[in-house]
Amino acid sequence: MIVDPMILEGAIALVKIGILLGVVFTTVAYLTFMERRVSAMIQDRLGPNRVGPLGLLQPLADGIKFMWKEEFIPASADRTLFAIAPALILVPALLIFAVIPVGGEVTIPAFTLFGLQIQEITTSLQIIDLNVGILYILGMTSIAVYGIALGGWSANNKFTLLGGIRSSAQMISYELSLGLSIVGILMLTGSLQMSRIVDAQGTFLDWFIFRQPLAFLIFVIAAFAENNRLPFDLVECEQELVGGFHTEYSSMRFSMFMIAEYASMIAASALMATLFFGGWHMPFEDLVGPGLVTLYQVAGFLVKTGFFLFLYIWVRWSLPRFRYDQLMAIGWKVLLPLALLNVVFTGIWMLV
Amino acid sequence: MELYFFLFFAFVAVASSVAMILQRNPIYCVLLLIMVMISIAGLYLMLDAQFVAIIQIVVYAGAIMVLFLFVIMLLNLSREEGGMFRIQKPTAVILAVLLFLPVAAMVMSYPGGGTAPPVEGSQAGFGEVEQIGTLLFTKYLLPVEIAAVLLLIAIVGAVVLTRKGTVATGE
Repeated sequence: MIVDPMILEGAIALVKIGILLGVVFTTVAYLTFMERRVSAMIQDRLGPNRVGPLGLLQPLADGIKFMWKEEFIPASADRTLFAIAPALILVPALLIFAVIPVGGEVTIPAFTLFGLQIQEITTSLQIIDLNVGILYILGMTSIAVYGIALGGWSANNKFTLLGGIRSSAQMISYELSLGLSIVGILMLTGSLQMSRIVDAQGTFLDWFIFRQPLAFLIFVIAAFAENNRLPFDLVECEQELVGGFHTEYSSMRFSMFMIAEYASMIAASALMATLFFGGWHMPFEDLVGPGLVTLYQVAGFLVKTGFFLFLYIWVRWSLPRFRYDQLMAIGWKVLLPLALLNVVFTGIWMLV
Repeated sequence: MELYFFLFFAFVAVASSVAMILQRNPIYCVLLLIMVMISIAGLYLMLDAQFVAIIQIVVYAGAIMVLFLFVIMLLNLSREEGGMFRIQKPTAVILAVLLFLPVAAMVMSYPGGGTAPPVEGSQAGFGEVEQIGTLLFTKYLLPVEIAAVLLLIAIVGAVVLTRKGTVATGE
């Protein structure tokens, strides 16, 4: 029996989604571990090293611990919103991965499985190649604000409310710079489609980091602020706000907030690699044999993403937190004008 | 397949709108309005207008509604007080009927009764960013410029209003 191409395409999409979610969740688990080990390294400590060899089973132990903790909901909280807020922040973070290209096209040769004949099929290593890819990502990041704002409000606690309100203001402010920093790339590529942005960076010197260095700087700073990571973690800010918007959360709901934070860090790192460091394009692709080139490209993409994840942790344990007025001043008075200038100069450069 | 998607988005949009009007808690009203916006974005997607759909989510669901939520959270409007809208309610009903009548008349006046006319210009590239951008900067240049000036005035006005009566303090 020959499988209908429509069904085959659907099945391949499902397989891709499954693999991607598996990889993202595993990376989230090990990112928490990496964060603790790297922070220990930076502070000249050892970090968690007792569970399994080198402490590698620590994330598993953490997960089990979270699941067995008591789920506590404050009496005065708005129960419905309190329950759905963690999902509202986790879902947009995961949806961003749908448009990130991990590699080029691969061809799966025809084979037979359980008596079903499956024909040869070519598919790209990306779940969906929307022609408004970049805008889709910006849309998802703007939706993510609700999770934090509602999580902070629904607990009916002044610290969580302050954290939630700070986060809404911060994320709206930095979204502007984030969006504007990408405009230069869009002008040079002439498309919002992720695959075409990657294609425009085919050779090493075409990488947008060389053509748009200022945009990259703005993008990184704005992405740090969007993810509420230090030096911009005023949303949590232990010393002032106890723990910010997730003070009242416990058990798996709390861990969902953490998973969302780390998932959006991975998404932002993957975006930095895709937009500015050639995506899955690597130098010396021609030297690698034709059979291995896809593997080389995917591995290269993962290494680039991994480097930016390390940068996140490195910055977190090296820099102190900004004051809130400083944060707003940087966002509106420095980053936004710089992003606009970058757009103007890119335009002039394209015309000359 | 397309019909099922249409029915799903249409049902969610209508149901959320009704629930939004019946809901007494302003925060839930805002969330239901966001649901309406997102399902309308879904309907735009089905009309091949991907750009409009995403802009609907970025601008309305993502930016404007966040500000709504922000204000409601800051003012801590927990519950709408009863009897606040005594005049507004009948007026709203009359206005809604008055608005709905011409729309219904327009729909019914198309040949074929209640069915919509075929969409014009559904050629390749329809609804894509390139096409919309070209149109905005050629055919509709003047409206775009006017809207831009209007927005600039609004920004300057907001800055002036917040600065009114206060002496500019140094950082």
